Amino acid sequence: MALIVELAVQGLQMLLVLAVAPFVLGFTRKLKARLLRRRGPPIIQPYRDLLRLSRKEVVLAENASWLFRSAPYMIFATTWVAAALVPTFATGLYFSWSADLIAITALLGSARLFLALAGMDVGTSFGGIGASREMMFASLAEPAMLMIAFTVALVAGSTQLSHVAAFMQSHAGLRVSLGLALVGLIIVSIAENARIPVDNPATHLELTMVHEAMVLEYSGRHIALIEMAAALKLVLYISLIACIFLPWGIATNGDGPVAYALGVTAYVGKLMASSVLLVVFETSIAKMRVFRVPEFLGIALMLGLLGTLLLFVSRSF
Amino acid sequence: MATIATLWCLAALFGTAVLAVALQQKRIATHLIYGLCLAASLALLAISLVQLIYPTLPAPAATLPVGLPWVGARFRIDALTAFFLVVINLGAAAASLYALGYGEHEEMPGRVLPFFPAFLAGMNIVLLADDAFSFLIAWEFMSLSSWALVVAHHRDPENTRAGYIYVLMASFGTFALLLAFGLLAGPGGGYGFAEIRAASHAPWVPGLVLGLVLVGAGSKAGLAPLHVWLPLAHPAAPSHVSALMSGVMTKVAIYGFIRLVFDLVGHPVWWWSIVVLAVGSATAVLGVLFALLQRDLKRLLAYSTVENIGIIFIGLGLALAFRSDGMGAAAALALTASLVHALNHSLFKSLLFFGAGAVLTATGLRDIEKLGGLIQRMPVTAFLFLGGCLSISALPPLNGFVSEWLMFQAILLSPDLPEWGLKLMVPAAGAMLALGAALSAACFVRAFGIAFLGRPRSSEAQSAIETDRMSRTAMGMLLTLCLLMGLLPGFVIDAIGPVVQAHVGARMPAQSASTWLSVVPIAESRSSYNGLLVFVFILVSTLAAVRVIHSFASSALRRAPAWDCGYPEPSPATQYTADSFAQPIRRVFSDVFRASERVDMPAPGDARPARIDVNVRDQIWETLYAPISGWIAYATEKMNHLQFLTIRRYMGLVFGTLVTLLLTVAIWP
Repeated sequence: MALIVELAVQGLQMLLVLAVAPFVLGFTRKLKARLLRRRGPPIIQPYRDLLRLSRKEVVLAENASWLFRSAPYMIFATTWVAAALVPTFATGLYFSWSADLIAITALLGSARLFLALAGMDVGTSFGGIGASREMMFASLAEPAMLMIAFTVALVAGSTQLSHVAAFMQSHAGLRVSLGLALVGLIIVSIAENARIPVDNPATHLELTMVHEAMVLEYSGRHIALIEMAAALKLVLYISLIACIFLPWGIATNGDGPVAYALGVTAYVGKLMASSVLLVVFETSIAKMRVFRVPEFLGIALMLGLLGTLLLFVSRSF
Repeated sequence: MATIATLWCLAALFGTAVLAVALQQKRIATHLIYGLCLAASLALLAISLVQLIYPTLPAPAATLPVGLPWVGARFRIDALTAFFLVVINLGAAAASLYALGYGEHEEMPGRVLPFFPAFLAGMNIVLLADDAFSFLIAWEFMSLSSWALVVAHHRDPENTRAGYIYVLMASFGTFALLLAFGLLAGPGGGYGFAEIRAASHAPWVPGLVLGLVLVGAGSKAGLAPLHVWLPLAHPAAPSHVSALMSGVMTKVAIYGFIRLVFDLVGHPVWWWSIVVLAVGSATAVLGVLFALLQRDLKRLLAYSTVENIGIIFIGLGLALAFRSDGMGAAAALALTASLVHALNHSLFKSLLFFGAGAVLTATGLRDIEKLGGLIQRMPVTAFLFLGGCLSISALPPLNGFVSEWLMFQAILLSPDLPEWGLKLMVPAAGAMLALGAALSAACFVRAFGIAFLGRPRSSEAQSAIETDRMSRTAMGMLLTLCLLMGLLPGFVIDAIGPVVQAHVGARMPAQSASTWLSVVPIAESRSSYNGLLVFVFILVSTLAAVRVIHSFASSALRRAPAWDCGYPEPSPATQYTADSFAQPIRRVFSDVFRASERVDMPAPGDARPARIDVNVRDQIWETLYAPISGWIAYATEKMNHLQFLTIRRYMGLVFGTLVTLLLTVAIWP
């Protein structure tokens, strides 16, 4: 019986991230439109889009291989698994220990690899340009992410996110290294989610695209899965920041339904607050040139390295 | 018992080499020789596996009455030898199986067949040797037999150049090892490993030995800046030999390093680890950055070997640091990570070289700029090569991730190291490791994406056919092993336990007993990883997605020309090329490459094509090797006139030398 409850809570977490992901997307779009003095589409528009896309037929390029057809499923599955392993409303879920922060980073790396390969499969120049730039960004964003993970792990004494959240809840305090890690993580999140100033999720100007260029040949249910994965990734990064730096309100496994409900409420609140901050940041800044992005990401890498170094020098930083 | 049986297997390998000389004109030779090699490797693999899993089984040393008269040739199997025997013979068995198919395409089998078994035997003897003399003889034998394989296709001037540089570097490396053993054995000449272990050394000896071993074993493994021969020589050999050299022979070099530094020298000093960490992290990043720029598929793989050797040395450096400070559990974790990565690398690098060999037989091409679209024509090879790419890019749930994850966990334990030098060095090494992992993913996206995806860029790529069944079986087995090691790493870690115990005095906690077969390096509250569960999760969510999509979404599908923003261009030349794929990273890291780009844009109205010239310079070659070879050329030029003296002058020279030497002996205290 206890096992069934445990599994149910774990399943709830998986469904929660899935259900909430398009909402976050719709919310940010709506908010952004309002800030630009436009009406904007309704918040539930992403749900409608996904539904409509999945009902449409797939138009496949003539020379697309099996990799092109299976990549959307792989991208979706790895992103979903990664998103489900980040604590959202409760820590210490049944399978939370099966992968730590480093493994979650690597899972996102798998999704990215499939996306880049899918972009190159048909053999168009746009797919190639997108894949090439995506891997260039990743070659700096991933080490930055790992160095941030090091900083957090050295503070909390664990790479397990559940333990990190528990540590932050009980020993919260202002630390230089955590400040550096937070700024670094925000930079990485912006780059990884193809947001302004790194990439523009709404762009259709070919030469400025990165993420959109890779998925240009996709249609129908395939693009629905990829869009869903992109939405999940945004939720994942917000949950990650929330669980490490704002761990308040997160329930512990076994707290019971009331605590869980509180946890879910707190989680949705955090999602909305972060979306507001993200949108305000995005509307107040211009997109940067592609070759400025490595410098931007280099800042994140240096911040992560600096945080780690400080903690090697003394645990009290 | 085990030692004797191993020696008999080696005798069989030598017999096979002789048989290959006798049979080289016969058609049956290829199958027979590789079949015999396969059988011998499997037998060796079985013996060493049993010895590794049951370390308590007696394996008495054997002494053969050859070699130095007062030492003899001693052979012994301990835990370290048993582990590396497993690595070597697993790779050797896979290469022999692959060669059963691949070897048929060999134009001059007589130049490959006799040396292949000899090379296998040479590597095995290095591991078995229990005295310095046999070790060095076997080491040199291994180098020379692999040299013969490198220059098998000697009519290509590039191959002869590669062979020349290889043999120079290999002799230089052996020379350094010779000096290292000489220092360790001392004037008494106790060349047995047991005597060396028991001897006490002057305080300056161990540090010097470390330097010599880094040069000797490091040049064979491919540590920067001694790696220059490796990307030339490994690709020059036939592909199954490339796989052996890259995947397996570099591990013999790692064995040599561990044997000398962890076993024979004695307790390490903390600054050793700084040297090893610095060299290892520089090697890792340089290797992968140069791999990213290569157009030759096999050379790309060779550079990636350099990167992985760097990763292994980072682990070894960490293990030295922890051991010198008496942190047993952390040292065990770091050494385990290194050894697991050595095994992993031998698996996926062999797999990738086999894939490159399959592409080479199917198209005759190694230049990825001329390939493309092979996933359509060689679907099985493409799938297996993709698996290798995922493994080497350290992506879960495959095996490359496990060893990198263990390495990261070891780094996270190092703030407790007391020395300031290490406190600053270890985070830097960690950053290099992380950078290397990310760049290696970019490198293999480029390799797979350009060679296997897209549209064919040449008629050879257009008309490629799937490779033979033996080659596919060998690659499939390796990929299966990669997956199994990724899912169940606990068993491998436990099997390595005795090796680690013997060399750092502690071992990782038993893993196969932990719940759900997770890997828990220190304690579950610190970190844990479960490849099996992650794999099951990915599988279940993929199946769920497929299921939901297929029952609720439209399943209509139509094939149409590629969209490409409305302007599809049929010429395959409009695709992204390997060079353009690497361009952003080349620009970001332009300081390392000293890359210069020159764009020649014709004026408006001028009909000549625009050109872009990219010049990437290998700094290490220019700053280190070119001056040395220049000095040597200068010195030989100056000494040239010595060749044309009269007999009287030569007699005078001999007399003068004799007098000088006698005087030296007389004056020497």
